[in-house]
Amino acid sequence: MKIVVAIKQVPDPNGPQGLEADNRLTRSREVALDPGDEYGIEVALRLKESQGGEVVLVSMGPERARDALRKGLSMGADKGILISDTVLEGADALLTARALAAAIAPLAADLVVCGTESYDGSTGMVPPMLAEILGLPQLSAAGQVEVSGDSITVHRQTGDGHQVVEAALPALVSVTAAVGEPRYASLKGIMAARSKEISVVTGAALNLDAGRRAEVVEGVEDAEARPPGETLEDDGSNGAERILTALRACKVI
Amino acid sequence: MAKIWVYAEIKDGVLEGTALELLTCARKFGGVEAIALGPGSRASVPALSAHGASRVLFSEEAVFADYLAEPHTDVMAALVLERSPDLVLFGFTSDSRDVAGRLAARLGCGLISNGIGLEVDASGVRVQVPYFGGAKVATYRANQQPALVLIRPRSFAASESGGAVDLEELAVEPSPASLRARIVDRKIEASERVKLEDAKVVVAGGRGLGGAENFSLLEDLAEALGGAVGASRAVVDAGWVPYSTQVGQTGKTVTPEVYIAAGISGAMQHTVGMKGSKFVIAINRDKDAPILKIADLGIVGDALRIVPQVTQGIRDQRGT
Repeated sequence: MKIVVAIKQVPDPNGPQGLEADNRLTRSREVALDPGDEYGIEVALRLKESQGGEVVLVSMGPERARDALRKGLSMGADKGILISDTVLEGADALLTARALAAAIAPLAADLVVCGTESYDGSTGMVPPMLAEILGLPQLSAAGQVEVSGDSITVHRQTGDGHQVVEAALPALVSVTAAVGEPRYASLKGIMAARSKEISVVTGAALNLDAGRRAEVVEGVEDAEARPPGETLEDDGSNGAERILTALRACKVI
Repeated sequence: MAKIWVYAEIKDGVLEGTALELLTCARKFGGVEAIALGPGSRASVPALSAHGASRVLFSEEAVFADYLAEPHTDVMAALVLERSPDLVLFGFTSDSRDVAGRLAARLGCGLISNGIGLEVDASGVRVQVPYFGGAKVATYRANQQPALVLIRPRSFAASESGGAVDLEELAVEPSPASLRARIVDRKIEASERVKLEDAKVVVAGGRGLGGAENFSLLEDLAEALGGAVGASRAVVDAGWVPYSTQVGQTGKTVTPEVYIAAGISGAMQHTVGMKGSKFVIAINRDKDAPILKIADLGIVGDALRIVPQVTQGIRDQRGT
Protein backbone atom coordinates (compact mmCIF):
# COMPACT_ATOMS: atom_id res chain seq x y z
CA MET A 1 0.00 0.00 0.00
CA LYS A 2 1.07 3.57 -0.59
CA ILE A 3 1.24 5.61 2.57
CA VAL A 4 1.86 9.35 2.69
CA VAL A 5 2.85 11.03 5.97
CA ALA A 6 2.51 14.80 6.29
CA ILE A 7 5.24 16.15 8.55
CA LYS A 8 6.41 19.52 9.82
CA GLN A 9 9.62 21.05 11.05
CA VAL A 10 9.05 23.05 14.23
CA PRO A 11 11.18 25.06 16.67
CA ASP A 12 12.90 22.44 18.80
CA PRO A 13 10.59 21.89 21.81
CA ASN A 14 13.73 21.30 23.88
CA GLY A 15 15.57 24.31 22.49
CA PRO A 16 15.35 28.06 23.08
CA GLN A 17 12.21 29.59 21.61
CA GLY A 18 11.24 33.06 20.60
CA LEU A 19 9.11 35.28 18.45
CA GLU A 20 10.17 37.36 15.47
CA ALA A 21 9.45 41.09 15.30
CA ASP A 22 6.47 40.30 13.06
CA ASN A 23 5.17 37.86 15.71
CA ARG A 24 5.82 34.75 13.72
CA LEU A 25 7.36 31.91 15.68
CA THR A 26 11.11 31.98 15.35
CA ARG A 27 12.31 29.32 12.96
CA SER A 28 15.83 30.62 12.68
CA ARG A 29 17.13 28.83 15.75
CA GLU A 30 17.14 25.16 16.56
CA VAL A 31 14.54 23.19 14.69
CA ALA A 32 13.37 19.61 14.81
CA LEU A 33 10.94 17.20 13.26
CA ASP A 34 7.67 17.77 15.17
CA PRO A 35 7.65 15.05 17.87
CA GLY A 36 3.97 14.41 17.10
CA ASP A 37 4.89 13.56 13.51
CA GLU A 38 7.27 10.83 14.64
CA TYR A 39 4.20 8.89 15.75
CA GLY A 40 2.73 9.32 12.28
CA ILE A 41 5.90 8.03 10.67
CA GLU A 42 6.00 5.11 13.10
CA VAL A 43 2.43 4.08 12.21
CA ALA A 44 3.23 4.30 8.51
CA LEU A 45 6.39 2.19 8.88
CA ARG A 46 4.57 -0.51 10.85
CA LEU A 47 1.86 -0.67 8.20
CA LYS A 48 4.51 -0.93 5.52
CA GLU A 49 6.12 -3.79 7.44
CA SER A 50 2.84 -5.69 7.78
CA GLN A 51 1.25 -4.83 4.43
CA GLY A 52 4.17 -4.04 2.15
CA GLY A 53 4.34 -0.89 0.09
CA GLU A 54 5.93 2.50 0.21
CA VAL A 55 6.08 5.42 2.67
CA VAL A 56 6.37 8.93 1.24
CA LEU A 57 6.94 11.93 3.50
CA VAL A 58 5.56 15.32 2.46
CA SER A 59 6.44 18.57 4.17
CA MET A 60 5.99 22.26 3.50
CA GLY A 61 8.68 24.63 4.70
CA PRO A 62 11.92 26.37 3.88
CA GLU A 63 14.85 24.60 2.29
CA ARG A 64 16.20 23.42 5.62
CA ALA A 65 13.01 21.46 6.32
CA ARG A 66 14.94 18.84 4.34
CA ASP A 67 16.47 17.95 7.71
CA ALA A 68 13.07 16.93 9.07
CA LEU A 69 12.42 14.84 5.96
CA ARG A 70 15.89 13.30 6.26
CA LYS A 71 15.17 12.27 9.82
CA GLY A 72 11.99 10.50 8.71
CA LEU A 73 13.88 8.83 5.88
CA SER A 74 16.48 7.60 8.34
CA MET A 75 13.68 6.05 10.42
CA GLY A 76 12.81 4.05 7.31
CA ALA A 77 10.54 6.07 5.01
CA ASP A 78 11.26 5.67 1.30
CA LYS A 79 11.24 9.18 -0.12
CA GLY A 80 10.45 12.77 0.66
CA ILE A 81 8.75 15.69 -1.03
CA LEU A 82 9.44 19.24 0.12
CA ILE A 83 7.03 21.99 -0.88
CA SER A 84 9.08 25.15 -0.67
CA ASP A 85 8.16 28.57 -1.99
CA THR A 86 8.32 32.14 -0.71
CA VAL A 87 4.64 32.53 -1.63
CA LEU A 88 3.91 30.03 1.14
CA GLU A 89 5.84 31.82 3.92
CA GLY A 90 3.65 32.41 6.94
CA ALA A 91 0.93 30.20 5.44
CA ASP A 92 -2.17 29.69 7.59
CA ALA A 93 -3.72 26.27 8.13
CA LEU A 94 -5.89 26.39 5.00
CA LEU A 95 -3.06 27.40 2.68
CA THR A 96 -0.88 24.72 4.28
CA ALA A 97 -3.59 22.12 3.70
CA ARG A 98 -4.07 23.28 0.09
CA ALA A 99 -0.34 23.00 -0.57
CA LEU A 100 -0.06 19.56 1.03
CA ALA A 101 -3.14 18.38 -0.85
CA ALA A 102 -1.76 19.59 -4.17
CA ALA A 103 1.42 17.59 -3.61
CA ILE A 104 -0.31 14.50 -2.19
CA ALA A 105 -3.23 14.15 -4.63
CA PRO A 106 -1.12 12.95 -7.61
CA LEU A 107 0.44 10.21 -5.45
CA ALA A 108 -2.85 8.27 -5.28
CA ALA A 109 -2.15 7.22 -1.69
CA ASP A 110 -4.14 4.50 0.05
CA LEU A 111 -3.59 6.19 3.39
CA VAL A 112 -2.54 9.69 4.45
CA VAL A 113 -1.17 9.95 8.01
CA CYS A 114 -0.91 13.15 10.08
CA GLY A 115 -0.17 14.04 13.69
CA THR A 116 -3.04 15.48 15.70
CA GLU A 117 -1.67 19.00 15.96
CA SER A 118 1.71 20.66 15.61
CA TYR A 119 3.86 21.56 18.58
CA ASP A 120 4.17 25.19 17.53
CA GLY A 121 0.90 26.29 15.90
CA SER A 122 -1.32 23.80 17.77
CA THR A 123 -4.42 24.65 15.74
CA GLY A 124 -5.06 21.01 14.84
CA MET A 125 -6.80 22.15 11.68
CA VAL A 126 -4.56 20.89 8.89
CA PRO A 127 -5.65 17.22 9.14
CA PRO A 128 -9.43 17.80 8.72
CA MET A 129 -8.80 20.45 6.04
CA LEU A 130 -6.45 18.14 4.17
CA ALA A 131 -8.99 15.30 4.35
CA GLU A 132 -11.71 17.58 3.00
CA ILE A 133 -9.60 18.89 0.11
CA LEU A 134 -8.43 15.38 -0.82
CA GLY A 135 -12.00 14.10 -0.57
CA LEU A 136 -11.09 11.52 2.09
CA PRO A 137 -12.78 10.46 5.33
CA GLN A 138 -10.75 11.44 8.38
CA LEU A 139 -10.25 9.09 11.31
CA SER A 140 -9.02 11.47 13.98
CA ALA A 141 -7.32 11.16 17.39
CA ALA A 142 -6.33 7.59 16.55
CA GLY A 143 -4.48 5.82 19.36
CA GLN A 144 -4.41 2.47 17.56
CA VAL A 145 -4.46 1.87 13.81
CA GLU A 146 -5.11 -1.37 11.94
CA VAL A 147 -5.45 -1.97 8.23
CA SER A 148 -7.09 -5.11 6.91
CA GLY A 149 -7.62 -5.51 3.18
CA ASP A 150 -9.04 -2.24 1.96
CA SER A 151 -10.41 -1.03 5.27
CA ILE A 152 -8.92 0.80 8.24
CA THR A 153 -9.99 0.54 11.88
CA VAL A 154 -8.81 2.92 14.59
CA HIS A 155 -9.35 3.43 18.30
CA ARG A 156 -10.30 7.10 18.44
CA GLN A 157 -9.43 8.58 21.82
CA THR A 158 -12.20 10.44 23.60
CA GLY A 159 -12.35 12.21 26.94
CA ASP A 160 -13.56 9.08 28.72
CA GLY A 161 -12.31 6.19 26.61
CA HIS A 162 -12.31 5.44 22.93
CA GLN A 163 -14.51 4.84 19.93
CA VAL A 164 -13.84 2.12 17.38
CA VAL A 165 -14.05 3.82 13.98
CA GLU A 166 -13.93 2.11 10.59
CA ALA A 167 -13.66 3.36 7.05
CA ALA A 168 -12.78 2.02 3.62
CA LEU A 169 -9.46 3.09 2.12
CA PRO A 170 -8.35 5.54 0.86
CA ALA A 171 -8.57 7.56 4.07
CA LEU A 172 -6.72 10.04 6.24
CA VAL A 173 -5.81 9.17 9.81
CA SER A 174 -4.48 11.60 12.43
CA VAL A 175 -2.67 9.83 15.23
CA THR A 176 -1.80 10.45 18.88
CA ALA A 177 1.13 9.35 21.03
CA ALA A 178 -0.86 6.28 22.11
CA VAL A 179 0.09 4.48 18.89
CA GLY A 180 3.40 3.58 20.53
CA GLU A 181 6.97 4.75 20.80
CA PRO A 182 8.53 5.90 17.53
CA ARG A 183 11.65 3.96 16.57
CA TYR A 184 15.10 5.50 16.64
CA ALA A 185 16.96 5.81 13.39
CA SER A 186 19.64 3.12 13.22
CA LEU A 187 23.11 3.90 11.93
CA LYS A 188 22.23 1.83 8.87
CA GLY A 189 19.05 3.85 8.47
CA ILE A 190 20.94 7.12 8.70
CA MET A 191 23.42 5.97 6.08
CA ALA A 192 20.66 4.72 3.78
CA ALA A 193 18.73 8.00 4.12
CA ARG A 194 21.61 9.90 2.53
CA SER A 195 20.90 8.41 -0.84
CA LYS A 196 17.11 8.54 -0.64
CA GLU A 197 15.35 11.00 -2.88
CA ILE A 198 13.96 14.32 -1.65
CA SER A 199 12.22 16.19 -4.44
CA VAL A 200 11.43 19.88 -4.11
CA VAL A 201 8.31 21.37 -5.63
CA THR A 202 7.31 25.03 -5.79
CA GLY A 203 3.99 26.75 -5.17
CA ALA A 204 3.87 27.65 -8.85
CA ALA A 205 4.33 24.01 -9.85
CA LEU A 206 1.36 23.16 -7.62
CA ASN A 207 -0.62 26.05 -9.06
CA LEU A 208 -0.97 27.68 -5.64
CA ASP A 209 -1.60 31.31 -4.90
CA ALA A 210 -1.29 32.72 -1.39
CA GLY A 211 -5.02 33.47 -1.25
CA ARG A 212 -6.60 35.47 1.50
CA ARG A 213 -5.61 34.75 5.07
CA ALA A 214 -8.33 33.77 7.53
CA GLU A 215 -7.16 36.37 9.99
CA VAL A 216 -5.14 39.53 10.48
CA VAL A 217 -2.85 39.64 13.51
CA GLU A 218 -3.60 42.87 15.33
CA GLY A 219 -1.24 42.45 18.23
CA VAL A 220 0.57 40.12 20.58
CA GLU A 221 0.79 40.71 24.29
CA ASP A 222 2.19 38.85 27.23
CA ALA A 223 -0.47 36.64 28.77
CA GLU A 224 -1.86 37.83 32.05
CA ALA A 225 0.62 36.52 34.56
CA ARG A 226 -0.49 35.01 37.83
CA PRO A 227 0.76 37.15 40.70
CA PRO A 228 3.93 35.69 42.18
CA GLY A 229 3.25 33.22 44.94
CA GLU A 230 5.07 31.89 47.93
CA THR A 231 7.93 29.41 47.58
CA LEU A 232 9.11 27.22 50.40
CA GLU A 233 11.97 24.75 50.64
CA ASP A 234 10.74 21.53 52.24
CA ASP A 235 12.67 20.47 55.34
CA GLY A 236 10.97 17.12 55.70
CA SER A 237 7.69 18.23 57.27
CA ASN A 238 7.07 21.96 56.80
CA GLY A 239 6.15 21.53 53.12
CA ALA A 240 3.23 19.21 53.87
CA GLU A 241 2.18 21.40 56.81
CA ARG A 242 2.11 24.49 54.61
CA ILE A 243 0.06 22.66 51.97
CA LEU A 244 -2.47 21.53 54.59
CA THR A 245 -2.81 25.13 55.81
CA ALA A 246 -3.40 26.28 52.22
CA LEU A 247 -6.02 23.55 51.63
CA ARG A 248 -7.85 24.68 54.77
CA ALA A 249 -7.72 28.31 53.62
CA CYS A 250 -9.20 27.21 50.28
CA LYS A 251 -11.94 25.40 52.23
CA VAL A 252 -11.41 22.10 50.42
CA ILE A 253 -10.66 20.24 53.69
CA MET B 1 -26.35 43.32 14.93
CA ALA B 2 -24.12 40.43 14.07
CA LYS B 3 -25.73 37.12 13.18
CA ILE B 4 -23.92 34.55 15.29
CA TRP B 5 -24.23 30.79 15.25
CA VAL B 6 -23.07 28.34 17.85
CA TYR B 7 -22.38 24.78 16.77
CA ALA B 8 -23.79 22.84 19.72
CA GLU B 9 -21.99 19.50 19.73
CA ILE B 10 -24.03 16.49 20.80
CA LYS B 11 -21.77 13.79 22.18
CA ASP B 12 -23.16 10.34 22.99
CA GLY B 13 -26.65 11.81 22.99
CA VAL B 14 -25.80 14.63 25.39
CA LEU B 15 -25.11 18.31 24.78
CA GLU B 16 -21.40 19.08 25.16
CA GLY B 17 -21.22 21.89 27.72
CA THR B 18 -18.93 24.23 25.78
CA ALA B 19 -21.90 25.34 23.66
CA LEU B 20 -23.48 26.94 26.74
CA GLU B 21 -20.28 28.88 27.43
CA LEU B 22 -20.18 30.07 23.82
CA LEU B 23 -23.83 31.16 23.93
CA THR B 24 -23.25 33.07 27.17
CA CYS B 25 -20.37 34.97 25.60
CA ALA B 26 -21.93 35.49 22.16
CA ARG B 27 -25.34 36.81 23.26
CA LYS B 28 -23.65 40.08 24.30
CA PHE B 29 -22.76 40.72 20.68
CA GLY B 30 -25.89 39.93 18.69
CA GLY B 31 -28.64 37.49 17.96
CA VAL B 32 -27.46 33.95 18.56
CA GLU B 33 -28.75 30.76 16.98
CA ALA B 34 -27.63 27.26 17.87
CA ILE B 35 -27.33 24.25 15.59
CA ALA B 36 -27.51 20.84 17.25
CA LEU B 37 -27.21 17.64 15.22
CA GLY B 38 -27.98 14.07 16.25
CA PRO B 39 -30.07 12.06 18.69
CA GLY B 40 -30.34 14.12 21.87
CA SER B 41 -30.43 17.44 20.04
CA ARG B 42 -34.11 18.03 20.76
CA ALA B 43 -33.52 17.41 24.45
CA SER B 44 -30.74 20.02 24.41
CA VAL B 45 -33.13 22.80 23.38
CA PRO B 46 -34.14 23.97 26.89
CA ALA B 47 -30.48 24.41 27.94
CA LEU B 48 -29.55 26.15 24.69
CA SER B 49 -32.53 28.46 24.97
CA ALA B 50 -31.88 29.23 28.64
CA HIS B 51 -28.34 30.31 27.74
CA GLY B 52 -29.40 32.76 25.06
CA ALA B 53 -30.15 30.91 21.82
CA SER B 54 -33.08 32.71 20.17
CA ARG B 55 -33.45 29.90 17.66
CA VAL B 56 -32.34 26.29 17.69
CA LEU B 57 -31.92 24.34 14.46
CA PHE B 58 -31.80 20.65 15.20
CA SER B 59 -32.01 17.17 13.73
CA GLU B 60 -32.48 13.86 15.52
CA GLU B 61 -31.08 11.99 12.50
CA ALA B 62 -28.97 9.03 13.66
CA VAL B 63 -26.16 9.42 11.11
CA PHE B 64 -24.77 12.33 13.13
CA ALA B 65 -24.07 9.99 16.02
CA ASP B 66 -22.87 7.10 13.88
CA TYR B 67 -20.42 8.84 11.53
CA LEU B 68 -17.60 11.31 12.02
CA ALA B 69 -17.67 14.91 10.74
CA GLU B 70 -18.79 14.55 7.14
CA PRO B 71 -22.61 14.54 7.41
CA HIS B 72 -22.30 17.39 9.92
CA THR B 73 -20.13 19.33 7.49
CA ASP B 74 -22.68 18.86 4.70
CA VAL B 75 -25.47 20.36 6.80
CA MET B 76 -23.37 23.23 8.12
CA ALA B 77 -22.06 24.14 4.67
CA ALA B 78 -25.55 24.18 3.17
CA LEU B 79 -26.91 26.30 6.03
CA VAL B 80 -24.04 28.80 5.88
CA LEU B 81 -24.41 29.26 2.13
CA GLU B 82 -28.17 29.66 2.44
CA ARG B 83 -28.31 31.98 5.47
CA SER B 84 -24.97 33.82 5.60
CA PRO B 85 -24.11 34.09 9.30
CA ASP B 86 -21.38 36.58 10.24
CA LEU B 87 -19.76 34.26 12.75
CA VAL B 88 -19.91 30.53 13.50
CA LEU B 89 -18.52 29.46 16.88
CA PHE B 90 -17.28 25.96 17.70
CA GLY B 91 -15.87 24.49 20.90
CA PHE B 92 -12.24 23.35 20.62
CA THR B 93 -13.22 19.71 21.19
CA SER B 94 -12.20 16.82 18.97
CA ASP B 95 -15.57 16.29 17.26
CA SER B 96 -16.15 19.99 16.65
CA ARG B 97 -12.59 20.47 15.42
CA ASP B 98 -13.08 17.86 12.73
CA VAL B 99 -16.31 19.50 11.56
CA ALA B 100 -14.92 23.06 11.67
CA GLY B 101 -11.76 22.13 9.77
CA ARG B 102 -13.68 20.40 6.99
CA LEU B 103 -16.22 23.22 6.83
CA ALA B 104 -13.51 25.88 6.50
CA ALA B 105 -11.82 23.95 3.71
CA ARG B 106 -15.11 23.36 1.92
CA LEU B 107 -16.13 27.01 2.13
CA GLY B 108 -12.56 28.07 1.32
CA CYS B 109 -12.66 30.60 4.13
CA GLY B 110 -10.15 29.42 6.71
CA LEU B 111 -10.76 29.74 10.42
CA ILE B 112 -9.34 30.90 13.72
CA SER B 113 -8.58 28.02 16.08
CA ASN B 114 -7.76 27.65 19.77
CA GLY B 115 -9.37 30.95 20.89
CA ILE B 116 -9.74 31.95 24.53
CA GLY B 117 -11.50 35.31 24.13
CA LEU B 118 -13.98 36.89 21.72
CA GLU B 119 -15.15 40.39 20.86
CA VAL B 120 -17.59 41.32 18.13
CA ASP B 121 -18.39 44.88 17.11
CA ALA B 122 -19.07 46.90 13.96
CA SER B 123 -15.40 46.73 13.00
CA GLY B 124 -15.32 42.95 13.02
CA VAL B 125 -14.71 39.75 14.96
CA ARG B 126 -11.64 39.62 17.20
CA VAL B 127 -10.34 36.48 18.85
CA GLN B 128 -7.68 36.13 21.54
CA VAL B 129 -5.46 33.15 20.89
CA PRO B 130 -2.81 31.85 23.26
CA TYR B 131 0.48 31.85 21.51
CA PHE B 132 3.64 30.21 22.34
CA GLY B 133 1.90 27.73 24.60
CA GLY B 134 0.10 30.44 26.54
CA ALA B 135 2.92 32.82 27.46
CA LYS B 136 1.62 35.29 24.88
CA VAL B 137 -1.84 36.16 23.69
CA ALA B 138 -2.36 37.25 20.08
CA THR B 139 -5.40 39.20 18.93
CA TYR B 140 -6.65 38.03 15.54
CA ARG B 141 -9.25 39.90 13.52
CA ALA B 142 -11.23 37.64 11.24
CA ASN B 143 -10.61 38.42 7.60
CA GLN B 144 -13.34 36.29 6.08
CA GLN B 145 -17.10 36.03 5.93
CA PRO B 146 -18.32 34.04 7.68
CA ALA B 147 -15.73 34.03 10.44
CA LEU B 148 -15.27 30.48 11.73
CA VAL B 149 -13.86 30.46 15.25
CA LEU B 150 -12.99 27.65 17.66
CA ILE B 151 -12.91 28.54 21.36
CA ARG B 152 -11.25 26.43 24.05
CA PRO B 153 -13.64 24.86 26.60
CA ARG B 154 -13.92 26.80 29.87
CA SER B 155 -12.81 30.08 28.36
CA PHE B 156 -16.06 31.60 29.64
CA ALA B 157 -18.43 30.72 32.47
CA ALA B 158 -21.89 29.66 31.32
CA SER B 159 -24.87 31.50 32.79
CA GLU B 160 -28.56 31.50 32.01
CA SER B 161 -30.40 34.47 30.57
CA GLY B 162 -33.78 32.97 29.74
CA GLY B 163 -35.86 34.03 26.79
CA ALA B 164 -38.11 32.58 24.14
CA VAL B 165 -36.85 30.20 21.48
CA ASP B 166 -37.87 29.39 17.92
CA LEU B 167 -37.47 25.76 17.00
CA GLU B 168 -36.57 24.58 13.55
CA GLU B 169 -36.30 20.89 12.82
CA LEU B 170 -33.95 20.44 9.88
CA ALA B 171 -35.00 18.15 7.04
CA VAL B 172 -31.80 16.20 6.57
CA GLU B 173 -31.18 13.80 3.73
CA PRO B 174 -27.77 12.33 4.43
CA SER B 175 -25.60 11.86 1.39
CA PRO B 176 -24.31 8.26 1.18
CA ALA B 177 -20.98 9.68 -0.03
CA SER B 178 -20.49 11.30 3.37
CA LEU B 179 -21.18 8.17 5.41
CA ARG B 180 -17.64 6.87 5.54
CA ALA B 181 -15.86 7.07 8.92
CA ARG B 182 -18.29 4.99 10.97
CA ILE B 183 -18.31 4.60 14.75
CA VAL B 184 -18.86 0.89 15.31
CA ASP B 185 -18.26 0.71 19.06
CA ARG B 186 -17.70 2.89 22.12
CA LYS B 187 -15.60 1.95 25.15
CA ILE B 188 -15.52 3.83 28.42
CA GLU B 189 -12.11 3.34 30.04
CA ALA B 190 -11.96 5.81 32.88
CA SER B 191 -14.10 4.92 35.86
CA GLU B 192 -13.45 8.25 37.52
CA ARG B 193 -15.04 8.80 40.90
CA VAL B 194 -15.11 12.49 40.07
CA LYS B 195 -14.95 13.80 36.51
CA LEU B 196 -11.64 15.55 35.93
CA GLU B 197 -13.26 18.56 34.25
CA ASP B 198 -15.75 19.03 37.10
CA ALA B 199 -13.49 18.26 40.07
CA LYS B 200 -13.04 20.96 42.73
CA VAL B 201 -9.56 19.65 43.42
CA VAL B 202 -7.20 18.19 40.83
CA VAL B 203 -4.06 16.32 41.85
CA ALA B 204 -1.83 16.04 38.79
CA GLY B 205 1.46 14.26 38.27
CA GLY B 206 4.36 14.43 35.84
CA ARG B 207 7.67 12.80 35.09
CA GLY B 208 9.07 13.94 38.42
CA LEU B 209 7.09 11.14 40.07
CA GLY B 210 9.61 8.73 38.62
CA GLY B 211 7.28 5.98 37.48
CA ALA B 212 3.71 4.86 36.83
CA GLU B 213 3.59 2.96 40.14
CA ASN B 214 3.87 6.22 42.10
CA PHE B 215 0.61 7.57 40.68
CA SER B 216 -1.18 5.62 43.42
CA LEU B 217 0.10 8.27 45.85
CA LEU B 218 -1.80 10.90 43.85
CA GLU B 219 -4.90 8.71 43.75
CA ASP B 220 -4.80 8.44 47.55
CA LEU B 221 -4.54 12.22 47.93
CA ALA B 222 -7.26 12.84 45.33
CA GLU B 223 -9.53 10.41 47.15
CA ALA B 224 -8.90 12.11 50.50
CA LEU B 225 -9.75 15.46 48.91
CA GLY B 226 -12.73 14.18 46.90
CA GLY B 227 -10.89 15.25 43.77
CA ALA B 228 -9.63 13.79 40.51
CA VAL B 229 -6.23 12.78 39.18
CA GLY B 230 -4.67 14.57 36.22
CA ALA B 231 -1.41 14.18 34.34
CA SER B 232 1.03 15.95 32.08
CA ARG B 233 1.42 15.01 28.45
CA ALA B 234 4.86 13.53 29.10
CA VAL B 235 3.55 10.78 31.35
CA VAL B 236 0.52 10.09 29.17
CA ASP B 237 2.82 9.74 26.16
CA ALA B 238 5.00 7.44 28.26
CA GLY B 239 1.96 5.27 28.93
CA TRP B 240 1.91 5.68 32.72
CA VAL B 241 -1.72 6.83 32.80
CA PRO B 242 -4.54 6.98 30.22
CA TYR B 243 -5.08 9.88 27.83
CA SER B 244 -8.34 10.73 29.60
CA THR B 245 -6.29 12.14 32.51
CA GLN B 246 -4.21 14.52 30.38
CA VAL B 247 -4.40 18.21 31.25
CA GLY B 248 -3.08 20.74 28.76
CA GLN B 249 -3.10 21.92 25.18
CA THR B 250 -3.77 18.46 23.76
CA GLY B 251 -5.76 17.29 26.76
CA LYS B 252 -8.38 18.76 29.04
CA THR B 253 -8.75 22.28 30.37
CA VAL B 254 -9.54 22.37 34.08
CA THR B 255 -10.43 25.23 36.40
CA PRO B 256 -10.65 23.71 39.91
CA GLU B 257 -10.57 25.51 43.25
CA VAL B 258 -7.21 23.90 43.93
CA TYR B 259 -4.75 22.39 41.46
CA ILE B 260 -1.87 20.38 42.90
CA ALA B 261 0.98 19.77 40.45
CA ALA B 262 3.34 17.08 41.69
CA GLY B 263 6.54 16.52 39.75
CA ILE B 264 5.30 18.55 36.79
CA SER B 265 7.86 20.97 35.37
CA GLY B 266 5.21 23.26 33.91
CA ALA B 267 5.78 23.25 30.16
CA MET B 268 3.42 25.67 28.44
CA GLN B 269 1.73 22.72 26.77
CA HIS B 270 0.57 21.79 30.29
CA THR B 271 -0.05 25.18 31.90
CA VAL B 272 -2.43 26.32 29.16
CA GLY B 273 -4.81 23.64 30.47
CA MET B 274 -4.70 24.59 34.16
CA LYS B 275 -3.89 28.31 34.36
CA GLY B 276 -7.51 29.11 35.15
CA SER B 277 -7.32 27.18 38.45
CA LYS B 278 -8.12 29.33 41.50
CA PHE B 279 -5.20 28.20 43.65
CA VAL B 280 -2.17 26.35 42.34
CA ILE B 281 0.11 24.30 44.58
CA ALA B 282 3.28 22.96 42.96
CA ILE B 283 5.70 20.43 44.39
CA ASN B 284 8.95 20.07 42.52
CA ARG B 285 12.51 19.11 43.34
CA ASP B 286 13.88 21.68 40.88
CA LYS B 287 13.67 25.19 42.33
CA ASP B 288 13.89 26.59 38.79
CA ALA B 289 10.92 24.58 37.43
CA PRO B 290 8.59 26.94 35.51
CA ILE B 291 5.58 25.60 37.43
CA LEU B 292 6.90 27.25 40.62
CA LYS B 293 6.68 30.65 38.92
CA ILE B 294 2.96 30.34 38.29
CA ALA B 295 2.10 28.57 41.54
CA ASP B 296 0.42 30.37 44.43
CA LEU B 297 2.28 28.01 46.72
CA GLY B 298 5.44 26.32 45.53
CA ILE B 299 7.17 23.67 47.58
CA VAL B 300 10.71 22.78 46.58
CA GLY B 301 10.97 19.16 47.63
CA ASP B 302 10.28 15.53 46.89
CA ALA B 303 6.66 14.91 45.88
CA LEU B 304 7.00 11.22 46.74
CA ARG B 305 7.60 12.18 50.38
CA ILE B 306 5.34 15.23 50.64
CA VAL B 307 2.20 13.90 48.94
CA PRO B 308 1.69 10.99 51.39
CA GLN B 309 2.31 13.37 54.31
CA VAL B 310 -0.47 15.64 53.06
CA THR B 311 -2.81 12.66 52.56
CA GLN B 312 -2.08 11.48 56.09
CA GLY B 313 -2.61 15.01 57.44
CA ILE B 314 -6.08 15.15 55.88
CA ARG B 315 -6.97 11.71 57.26
CA ASP B 316 -5.73 12.73 60.71
CA GLN B 317 -7.88 15.86 60.61
CA ARG B 318 -10.92 13.78 59.72
CA GLY B 319 -10.04 11.16 62.30
CA THR B 320 -10.05 8.38 59.68
